[in-house]
Amino acid sequence: MSLDKPYANIPGTVVFDAEQSRKGYHLNTFCMSLMKAANRERFKADERTYLDEWPMSEAQKGAVLARDYNRMIALGGNIYFLAKIFATDGKSFQHAAALMTGMSQEDYARMMLNGGRSPHAKL
Amino acid sequence: MARLTAGIATSHVPAIGAAVDLGKTQETYWQPVFKGFEFSKQWIRDNTPDVIFLVYNDHATAFTPDLIPTFAIGCAESFAPADEGWGPRPVPTVLGHPEFAAHIAQSVIQSDFDLTIVNKMDVDHGLTVPLSLLFGQPKEWPCRVIPFAVNVVQYPPPSGNRCYQLGKAIRRAVESFDADLNVQIWGTGGMSHQLQGPRAGLINKDFDQRFLDSLIAAPEALALLPHIDYLREAGSEGIELVMWLIMRGALNATVKSVHRFYHVPASNTAVGHLILENS
Repeated sequence: MSLDKPYANIPGTVVFDAEQSRKGYHLNTFCMSLMKAANRERFKADERTYLDEWPMSEAQKGAVLARDYNRMIALGGNIYFLAKIFATDGKSFQHAAALMTGMSQEDYARMMLNGGRSPHAKL
Repeated sequence: MARLTAGIATSHVPAIGAAVDLGKTQETYWQPVFKGFEFSKQWIRDNTPDVIFLVYNDHATAFTPDLIPTFAIGCAESFAPADEGWGPRPVPTVLGHPEFAAHIAQSVIQSDFDLTIVNKMDVDHGLTVPLSLLFGQPKEWPCRVIPFAVNVVQYPPPSGNRCYQLGKAIRRAVESFDADLNVQIWGTGGMSHQLQGPRAGLINKDFDQRFLDSLIAAPEALALLPHIDYLREAGSEGIELVMWLIMRGALNATVKSVHRFYHVPASNTAVGHLILENS
């Protein structure tokens, strides 16, 4: 019998559950490595070589190189781990959030000032 | 005996910590957030506890994908502010209360809540931002802090009811400790927010206000709210709000709400804040 996942159909949302966590283990562990300044430098110097040190799937590596956060999340990434990537890039949470919504950072920031996205808004 | 006198709920948005650290609290964007804590800073000066039992979540800092405890109690002498990727926050080291923490751990585990005991841990913005909001920028924090980390990063977090019942067990543990201590319990995180995917930026004021109302006056019913309702209504990261139920469970059935504040936005998040006294 499979587990009930009533959250599977929430629009625009991937819930980081045990299955996603298992898929994303190496991706998220790679992200954690960026907590160390020396690793950040090595990653920035040659991203591909650094990524090849981790047993991640080719799809995961490609999503990191493209900074495609939605894809990384689909492949098991969790935003708190992925935050280490955009922190390494010197980018803010709002930058990443805007990117994932397909909005400019300016439009996204304005939406937040105006009260944020309605939970019932169509995506 | 130790006494549990009050509970505080507050969001712990990292950008709030950065605003404090970088001296931006009077900027137009941040001013309304900090104004909501002016009363609280005076209240905590008048009601400084000996110990804060601080419920929070770690954000991929102390707990990596290698180790994901559902409930973890900090029993160390001290906890250093963590380097979350851009250097540690310039805030004081958090001093624990190992003897009291060990007592609580033993009592709560004997009440059927299987805690993970942590004797070495750095603490991230989830713990230090609430301290900054209430205490400002002191050279040393004015009281001891027992960090209590809850997994709300990997789904499923503990249920609301599990958290609420845990709060009751913590209350019993506090009150069986043979020392004259004034203890507060803080619940942090929330309110509505979603940081991931095309739905990022979600805010739900109606849900948040109902949550605040129920947390004060009808916590038993609120504790039964299923996870799916948090995910749909308060966003994938809004589920952090279950941690507020641990705080509420540790208080009396009837409490005095002495301060309530709500503001949108702080970065991507709705900020909520309550001070509840055990009357």
